Amino acid sequence: MRTNQLKASLRYLLATIVAGLLAACTADQDVEEATQAANTDHLSEPIVVYSSRKQHLIEPVFEQFTQQTGITVEYTTDKAGVLIERIKIEGQNTPADLLITVDAGNLGYAAAEGIFQAINSAVINETVAPHLRDEQDLWTGLSLRARTIVYSTERVKPDDLSTYQGLGESQWQGRLCLRTSKKVYNQSLVAMLIAEQGEVKAEQTVAAWIANLAISPTSNDTKVMQAIAAGQCDVGIVNTYYFGRLEAKNPDLPLALFWPNQSEAENSGVHVNVSGAGILKYSNNPDQARRLLEWLATEQAQALFAGLNKEYPVISHGAIDPQVSAWGAFKQSPLALSKAFQLQPAAVKLMDRVSYK
Amino acid sequence: MSLPTTLALVGVLTAWLDIDLLVLGHLFEFVIPNAVLNTLGLVVCVAIVTSLIAVISAWLTTVCDFPGRAFFSWALILPMAIPGYVMAFALVGALEYTGSFQTYLRESISSSLILPDIYSFGGVVLALSLTLYPYTYLLVRNAFQTQGKQSLEVGQSLGLSVRQSFWRVSLPQARPWIVGGSLLVMMETLADFGTVAVFNYDTLTTTIYKSWFGLFSFQSALQIASLLLLFVIVVSLLEAQSRHKQRFTNARNTVQARSRILLPSKQAYLACAFCGVIFFIGFMLPIGQLLLWAIPHLSLGLTDQFWRYMLGSFSLSLLAMTIITVFALLLAFAARTQNSYLANWSVKISTLGYALPGTVLAVGLLAPIAAIDHYLARFGFAAPILQGSIVVMLLAYSVRFMAVAFSPIENNLLRVTPSIDAASRSLSVSGLSMLWRVHFPMIRVGVLTAMVLVFVDVMKELPITLMTRPFGFNTLAVRIYELSSEGLWQRAALPALAIVLVGLIPVVILILRADKVQQ
Repeated sequence: MRTNQLKASLRYLLATIVAGLLAACTADQDVEEATQAANTDHLSEPIVVYSSRKQHLIEPVFEQFTQQTGITVEYTTDKAGVLIERIKIEGQNTPADLLITVDAGNLGYAAAEGIFQAINSAVINETVAPHLRDEQDLWTGLSLRARTIVYSTERVKPDDLSTYQGLGESQWQGRLCLRTSKKVYNQSLVAMLIAEQGEVKAEQTVAAWIANLAISPTSNDTKVMQAIAAGQCDVGIVNTYYFGRLEAKNPDLPLALFWPNQSEAENSGVHVNVSGAGILKYSNNPDQARRLLEWLATEQAQALFAGLNKEYPVISHGAIDPQVSAWGAFKQSPLALSKAFQLQPAAVKLMDRVSYK
Repeated sequence: MSLPTTLALVGVLTAWLDIDLLVLGHLFEFVIPNAVLNTLGLVVCVAIVTSLIAVISAWLTTVCDFPGRAFFSWALILPMAIPGYVMAFALVGALEYTGSFQTYLRESISSSLILPDIYSFGGVVLALSLTLYPYTYLLVRNAFQTQGKQSLEVGQSLGLSVRQSFWRVSLPQARPWIVGGSLLVMMETLADFGTVAVFNYDTLTTTIYKSWFGLFSFQSALQIASLLLLFVIVVSLLEAQSRHKQRFTNARNTVQARSRILLPSKQAYLACAFCGVIFFIGFMLPIGQLLLWAIPHLSLGLTDQFWRYMLGSFSLSLLAMTIITVFALLLAFAARTQNSYLANWSVKISTLGYALPGTVLAVGLLAPIAAIDHYLARFGFAAPILQGSIVVMLLAYSVRFMAVAFSPIENNLLRVTPSIDAASRSLSVSGLSMLWRVHFPMIRVGVLTAMVLVFVDVMKELPITLMTRPFGFNTLAVRIYELSSEGLWQRAALPALAIVLVGLIPVVILILRADKVQQ
């Protein structure tokens, strides 16, 4: 009789699982069918995207693309390094057409691993600035992020700030906060320092930062700003969109952004990076993938793609979110971003040597 | 069952065929020495702290009686439903200098009140211990429950005090459970990335990610992963050695409702306070912090999609739980009946998947699967067939969580004396029918424990789910990761609460059920 009871509960279990999975999947199909039904005259194969840019930042963009073109987009998200490894393993059988990832270092790595094909798009070449694209046309930037200085408006005069390098001066002793060196944003910032002034000087700069730290490196940019607001330190380095989020939620925070390295004489500027994409070598559908990329470079798509994350567009006349443009214009570092990949390992090692955790 | 794990392990080991001296040289000079020390320190401390919490609270709630005992008996399992990295960011959110709890203390009690820095070794140990002690607690609780009244009564009739009977009777008998639980805890600690990342604490696992994502050397990442495996093999060999000569069978497995030891009032308060503190820091505080974050964003978060993630998480965990528990039962049975070299080794290998960082294991498994797909494609099947199917997902989960299901089942099988097998065979009941009709009813509690552990673990799992999920299929864990890795804790809090809630339902059901079976 025990066995009977058990059999009954097993049957119950099985039924629950099947019902649950069915419900979870059919709900998805409903959405797809609905979008397809809306565009029955443009039926075509979906474009498959692997993305390390997160779902909430890409889904609204793809939805708009589908609405306008009738082409559906299927996508999955994961970490960039994992997706690149996955594409390599899948080889010719990969279902993916496009890889969207964050950071030029990752894009360069993907290009070096030979998983991209040339984009060959006149539209992209015309609209996206050359330093935000790959020299061999294997990837293009899709949104621009700036990594800049944030300071306490209560305890810091902006006149005391000048350059990234300046944060190593003794006046900032015990007043600087930095995020961990494990984050790619800091790795590419240091890669830029290496490209601009050579490894020896860059190492001195980073070592001087470490000597000035008020608290040990934080796990993310928001913590840097919270620490400044709470008075644990006075200056830090963050990506502007993190500042934008905090500012939107709490406009009274005593924090402001400063654009460093702006002197005309120097071949330097604010450190920028991109999120970007490349068409996969084994894409079954490269024409459609190109079409999606070109659409992403239109003014309207740029406003959405960059705007969702309070980033900057990669096209010259792209509209900038009003909150973002209120922070003012700045001179970008003219460094070609494809350098970031070549120098990133050197940057990581440099930071290990000076014990930047 | 050990085949897929073996394939993944071979993949990791073949990385040594090609050594990038530039990367590895740098890592060995500047990173690895510190990472090894950090890892060792962390594993040892987390193992000690979790064992202490687990053994004391399990002893108090099963053998003793004090006000609140019945509540704490199951409530102390709850922190397990909180994923490690959620526990970490919630604790940090409450306890750091700018955190809600510390700010509250500063503002309402005294401005000079500053808690010890949470971004410290102690902080990491605390966060990991709080999510991991329930693994040991569940196992040890099971041990104390099945120990039988007789051994304690014998102890008491020989004039042992409460404390003495704990040290001299209960504890030694519960040893395989404590060690088994600690082994799970250690493997989980070794493989952890999410929790240590919140504290920016460097371990071997963060070194793996550094060489893969920072230095773009997947080879070196795998080489360090094999170092990690070495750690695990050494630990599990030590464990096997230590219990080699012992047998833990119980004369009578029929445990009657036990008369608990009623603690005198002073000790009862202490017991209640101990359980209360653990429950507060391990559950109330992180849940409170998540609620603080989630409530203002409730309307934004409660979408149709959200309910679908919840359903996806729940049914996937249920399915994986069923399959993995069955596999683990068969594996444990095979190891018991075929006491051969081959069977023992395949058990050892099948349970190693738990110690590899999930991301490394996921990539390691993908290679053989993709190879099969390539092979099938040659025969005209539209590729990919396996990839992106739920079969692969379940297979990968089995590789990862076999150890979790295996440990409680194996421990309970130890309690079944070999003479029962002999008796059963003499009645010509053998093979699977013996497992089903003779063993299963005797080890039901172990099986239930295995089910709870696997269910909750699959629910929290991230890297394998990310990589193997079909297009458009999402789970709560995926959602939490996506939002929290963008620094959006406020929005991540709602799915985090949901994961805890959904994880809790079966935990509570199964626990109540297990207690009933026990009586």
